[in-house]
Amino acid sequence: MALANVLQSESVDFSNYGRKCRGFSSSLYETELGLESVGGDNLSFAVRTACSDGDGPERKIQFLHGTTTLAFKFQHGVIVAVDSRATAGAYIASQTVKKVIEINPYLLGTMAGGAADCSFWERLLARQCRVYELRNKERISVAAASKLLANMVYQYKGMGLSMGTMVCGWDKTGPGLYYVDSEGNRVCGDLFAVGSGSMYAYGIVDSGLKQKDLTVEEACDLGCRAIYQATYRDAYSGGQVNLYHVHSEGWNRVSQSDVLMLHQQYQNLTDQ
Amino acid sequence: MFATQVYGDNGKMKEYHYTGPVEHRFSPYSFNGGTVLAVAGEDFAIVASDTRLSEGYSIHSRDSPKCYKLTDTTVIGCSGFHGDCLTLTKIIDARLKMYKHSNNKCMTSGAIAAMLSTILYGRRFFPYYVYNIIGGLDEEGKGAVYSFDPVGSYQRDTYKAGGSASAMLQPLLDNQIGFKNMEGVQHLPLSQEKAVQLVKDVFISAAERDVYTGDALRICIVTKDGIKEETVPLRKD
Repeated sequence: MALANVLQSESVDFSNYGRKCRGFSSSLYETELGLESVGGDNLSFAVRTACSDGDGPERKIQFLHGTTTLAFKFQHGVIVAVDSRATAGAYIASQTVKKVIEINPYLLGTMAGGAADCSFWERLLARQCRVYELRNKERISVAAASKLLANMVYQYKGMGLSMGTMVCGWDKTGPGLYYVDSEGNRVCGDLFAVGSGSMYAYGIVDSGLKQKDLTVEEACDLGCRAIYQATYRDAYSGGQVNLYHVHSEGWNRVSQSDVLMLHQQYQNLTDQ
Repeated sequence: MFATQVYGDNGKMKEYHYTGPVEHRFSPYSFNGGTVLAVAGEDFAIVASDTRLSEGYSIHSRDSPKCYKLTDTTVIGCSGFHGDCLTLTKIIDARLKMYKHSNNKCMTSGAIAAMLSTILYGRRFFPYYVYNIIGGLDEEGKGAVYSFDPVGSYQRDTYKAGGSASAMLQPLLDNQIGFKNMEGVQHLPLSQEKAVQLVKDVFISAAERDVYTGDALRICIVTKDGIKEETVPLRKD
């Protein structure tokens, strides 16, 4: 298992205690992970998954969730735009989260859902991509990278991981954009918006993409505007808009704009 | 001293009224309160915590600080479930020693932060109920603060408050250190004296309004000359 393999070699093995005590109700996962259920003893430390009733210990501990992220392909590559708010329940834990994870100089991954889940698995993906490069003496394709990620999290399906990510890059076949999530979905597409504010972002991008042949600047403005509108209406999105552009030479960070500044900017535009 | 479902979200007591016999599930977690704060300056870092250890309506100890020294340039503050705090700090100490023996050098603050992230994520399905904040100096000697969530998501900040009174402290820090949402204000860099005074003021305010924060404040100031500790009394009620 990816998780056990990565951590076992590096960490002192305190994990045996935890493993014995974890009695998962679904036996399918028990055998896969090599866990034994707590025999004889009626105490069960079964950790409920996020979808079950709210009194389990997982609900007391609030993980960082959040967000609006979007990515779309256009003539000159892929635009990736994200907000930067992380919430723990109703508390805004941070307004400066980096939701675009730089896997390598030509692949980007976005973060939506559980912050730790996204950053951990995408960091692991970066390692796998590097190993691929070393073994095969060529860069990994976006399709292969997204497949690696999808397969890694599929092993944990149903156990409560929360991850909705877009793998964006440029490979031999041109611009690549895949949506991968912890439910096991992996879809190729031209436009995706993920997160609590995604519906608002879709509205803006869909109307802006109607006119074909956007220039790089127009596409960047569209991405920025879409995230801004999502932060305007979605309480769980906000902070800053981080914008990246992926092209044939790799990705580069276009801008980071505070939503308050954008608000004044767009306000001035409408007033004029 | 088993924590039962009498404690609702966040460890705060639910309203007590008799509803008939209720089956109580054993919970492996308990909420022991406490607040931690870290501030990064130009060439220093401050990690401060209160020293109250509580559970439900009782106070177990008035002298249980939540800052732990890791290396000469790094201090960690852990609040949440005290049992997990102790185990986690022991694990980190062990890993630091292992690193020192294998690599013949001390771990840097950034490396400790990255390592803690994977340690926490290793228990993704039975998390350490600990809110961590690491404060220290980076390789260039500048102050660095890394804040974590219980499963290992982390980022570098300039200042961060964690624990029971974090929601009260963070807005105050946003205003005084971050100058957030203030117009026409000169952004002055934070001096060490001003930062220490701010930390003291902020904890005094937290002790006024949060039941789990109080008794005393332990401040660890990390500079290139080492780690200095200061203790300041707070409200004991």
